[in-house]
Amino acid sequence: MKKELLKFLLFSVLMLLVPLALHGSYLMNVLVFVGIHTMLAVALNLLLGYAGQISLGHAGFFGLGAYLSAILTTTFGFNPWLVMPLAAVVVGLIAFLVGFPILKLKGHYLAMATLGLGVIIYIIINETVDYTGGPSGLSGIPNLAVGTFVFNSDIRNYYLIWTAALAVILLAVNLTNSRVGRALRAIHDSEVAARVMGVNARLLKVQIFALSAIVSALAGSLYAHTMTFVSPASFGFNFSVELLTMVVIGGLGSIYGSFLGAALLTLLPEFLRSAQDFDIIIYGGVLMLMVMFMPGGLVRGVPELLKKMLGNRGGVGNA
Amino acid sequence: MLRLKNINTYYGKVHALKNVSLHLAEGEIVTLIGANGAGKTTILNTISGVTPAAGGELFFGKEAIIGHAADRVVSLGLSQVPEGRQVFKPLSVEDNLRLGAYLRYRRRESRADILRDMEQIFTLFPRLADRRRQLAGTMSGGEQQMLAIGRALMAKPRMLLLDEPSMGLAPLVVQEIFRVLQQLRREQGTTILLVEQNAKAALKLADRGYVLETGKVILEGAADELLENAEVKRAYLGKDKKEIWER
Repeated sequence: MKKELLKFLLFSVLMLLVPLALHGSYLMNVLVFVGIHTMLAVALNLLLGYAGQISLGHAGFFGLGAYLSAILTTTFGFNPWLVMPLAAVVVGLIAFLVGFPILKLKGHYLAMATLGLGVIIYIIINETVDYTGGPSGLSGIPNLAVGTFVFNSDIRNYYLIWTAALAVILLAVNLTNSRVGRALRAIHDSEVAARVMGVNARLLKVQIFALSAIVSALAGSLYAHTMTFVSPASFGFNFSVELLTMVVIGGLGSIYGSFLGAALLTLLPEFLRSAQDFDIIIYGGVLMLMVMFMPGGLVRGVPELLKKMLGNRGGVGNA
Repeated sequence: MLRLKNINTYYGKVHALKNVSLHLAEGEIVTLIGANGAGKTTILNTISGVTPAAGGELFFGKEAIIGHAADRVVSLGLSQVPEGRQVFKPLSVEDNLRLGAYLRYRRRESRADILRDMEQIFTLFPRLADRRRQLAGTMSGGEQQMLAIGRALMAKPRMLLLDEPSMGLAPLVVQEIFRVLQQLRREQGTTILLVEQNAKAALKLADRGYVLETGKVILEGAADELLENAEVKRAYLGKDKKEIWER
């Protein structure tokens, strides 16, 4: 546990120092997205990597959070800071209620059910034009502000988002190293065995699903307030697949892996601008290659690869 | 300590247990024997709440546990070692044992107590002590079985349900495991319900036995009597008494 805390502190310092090197660069804006995606990937990883339950509908929870914040602050003029926890609770409640019937399903059936859930949310957002603005989206969402300090520049948003992302990471690290984390991994491996250990598997699965949705909704709210504009296209099925790709590429069951996956999949398109329209093909290809050659994800695959390369060169370290 | 009366259990439309009645006194070792598909595992799963019964009476001590979820049954002091061991393969030996004490952690029992019990498991199975931080999935079948038993013991059960602990193991390892079961009864008074394919070894260990066939109890009695019973000999101990069996 001490080791985990040290790792977290090191990572936090690193992330908080990054702007010193990149201040003023357009990459700062990209790194804001890396932060939001990290929150989402960590949330999905808790469900998929630890509890072993797939979700192809997480973009939906992200979208619900974003739109609840957008509509309540823009159309109804509520305080953004008040709306954020409210949106999180509402989305968590929805996930909790939907989770009971859905999480009885396993494997492909669960994938299909969550996919359906994501599609339903997307369609609702797209069709309730009076509230959401439909396909053309909703603009003019206020930035978050503390007194007169408004989070309206890249550097300010960076610290806002990364404070939240680091909090999410700390929560996830704590959770996964606790009794509950062990129980989640137990459910992943053998649900029957977990149950006869006294783990209420059914309830725990629903709880982690709800927690995952809450974090996703929170990321959605923050997204809405930093972008000041939302449209349904950001919350469709493609984005659910992208999130899944981040988690798998980074490494299932590794919190920092989720950060790596999120960073890679957010930065990559920036460097592959010309291939923009083919991004989903590239994701698919990367996903296939990863599953074939690095099934443990980057966090486990890269150290192994380095070891192998060093070993071949005449061997430092791994005898 | 445990009493089943006219228990009926279904898998969908399949009637797996038909009016099964059995009982165990405190401190007893009782074995269930029978062929594949006779319903042995179903009885254990019905007791532990994994496969709930459709009807009948089920008492653990004075408490009616029919319809109880699996986690509530564990909290009453009735632990199951599931079929095929089912240790948590990607987790270390220690983490597996900690999971056995899941409800004790949740009840905020003192960690020192739980750690002390873990050390006791390591005394019981010294082979596990050398492998504390090893992943459970990388151990041999015998070691995994020991871990599965140790994990169940971490809940401090008054009664243990064991599902074919000898499955796929070398005879020497089976002996070691059965010795530990005896020791548990002697030193801690643990009541044990043992399901076994290895009828001979099980009947030698047990006080009493029940013979199951297609979801029904067809025979019960003291273990030494069952060992001498002609039908049991023919069907489960591999001694040919064809004319008696097919009368």
